Amino acid sequence: MRPVIQVRQLTKRYGATAAVDQLSFDVRPGMVTGFLGPNGSGKSTTMRLILGLDRADAGHARIGGRPYRDLRWPLREVGALLEARAFHPGRPARAHLAALAAGNAIPRARVQEVLALTGLEQVAGKRAGTFSLGMAQRLGIAAALLGDPGVLLLDEPVNGLDPEGIRWIRDLLRSLAAEGRAVLVSSHLISETALMADHLVVIGRGRLLADTTAAELAARASTLEEAFLQLTGASTEYRAARS
Amino acid sequence: MTAGTRSLPPGRYRFRHVARMEWVKLASLRSTWATLGITIAAAAGIAALAAAGTKTTPSQDLTNSMMTGMFAGVLLAGVLGVLAVTSEYTSGTIRATLAAAPRRPLVLAAKAAVFGIVTLITGQAAAFLAFFAGRTALGHGIAAPALGQPGVLRTIVLSGASLALIGLLGLGLGAIIRHTAAAVTVLAGIVYAGELFIGQLDRTIDAYLPAYIVGDTLGGRTCGPGAVGCPLPAWAAMSVLAAYAAAALLIGGCILAWRDA
Repeated sequence: MRPVIQVRQLTKRYGATAAVDQLSFDVRPGMVTGFLGPNGSGKSTTMRLILGLDRADAGHARIGGRPYRDLRWPLREVGALLEARAFHPGRPARAHLAALAAGNAIPRARVQEVLALTGLEQVAGKRAGTFSLGMAQRLGIAAALLGDPGVLLLDEPVNGLDPEGIRWIRDLLRSLAAEGRAVLVSSHLISETALMADHLVVIGRGRLLADTTAAELAARASTLEEAFLQLTGASTEYRAARS
Repeated sequence: MTAGTRSLPPGRYRFRHVARMEWVKLASLRSTWATLGITIAAAAGIAALAAAGTKTTPSQDLTNSMMTGMFAGVLLAGVLGVLAVTSEYTSGTIRATLAAAPRRPLVLAAKAAVFGIVTLITGQAAAFLAFFAGRTALGHGIAAPALGQPGVLRTIVLSGASLALIGLLGLGLGAIIRHTAAAVTVLAGIVYAGELFIGQLDRTIDAYLPAYIVGDTLGGRTCGPGAVGCPLPAWAAMSVLAAYAAAALLIGGCILAWRDA
């Protein structure tokens, strides 16, 4: 399958530190790609660079061959969940989604659909600032699904969720991939990610450490977790030693 | 439907889509309507108080007194303009906005258009209400100004428009500074502190400061065509005010386009 997201030599520096360092990888349709790395390894920065929210110092990210800025209907092509609570606390959930829908000429009926899909119908009229973390994550997912996009980017979607919520997201992402979509989901938890991801991209200190499958990674040590820690250990030690 | 065969509608997102998005965002906040309502109420209320306090027909410009309350409304509109941008940074909504519409100058243009129209309508409503509330509250025996008198209609309309222009100045400052408290401080500094310090020193410079333009030049009847003793004609003063707003929006647009979100 042709990759829908191509990241090539992507680099982002903050002063002397490279948050993302000549990173290259692909995300393919029809599967969940887990994007793994310790905290501070550059996962969120990479996602912001793919979405054109931050400017790369070198290299590029392409979606379907084009930079994000050149997408014709961005929300209908890429859905993203970057952070929980990326909405105005005083705005009702339905209005938040309606605004985004209007921005890409997405039919108003779709707002109701994603509210139903994420189980937020009952609270859609409430101000989003009153939402629990789980509800806020669901609203973020609803926003990502709004344009029925073929590509999904989710940054730590299970953070702070209860086991039921985690399973809900896992099943949702698997079914979205089964429909032929490309799903990139970041996490710092290897065991959780291995449950849903077909492919793993592991980074540390902004550099690519592995581009592999869970089975191949697990075969490198006695357990998957051990293999992950061995892989990322060097980069975390290095970071601790420097600071 | 699979990603490979996914079909997109023809065309691409345009200004009108982004403008609609900005309208839904602005209209769905209770604070927007509360602030605009207070703006109108303050303008009318202060006009009525000022008129009721007028004892005899003074040599002063009664229309100007009735526009006194617009000064409070102008700062509210400015703060609302600041918040229209900075609240997106505080909450993180800006990243959802720019993900939906990555062409950033288009986003600021749409925001400014929607906010400008809303505050222009509010400003006109506030100015006309202030005028009529003031007329009604005038004591007996005092000749009330009428819309047909020279300069009166111009004064009301330009006072109303100044509210939108200061609102847009706030919007631009919000895009430049991104932090609510800092942007509001700069706005208040430009509108009020500039007047208090620089304005008192030099009458010529004063005529170009927002506070003097809003409070005296636009809010008074005397600065019409051929007026004597008026440092800057009303329409020229209006252009200066518009230039402040345009400069802030232009710089804000460049910074928005250039900096990481």
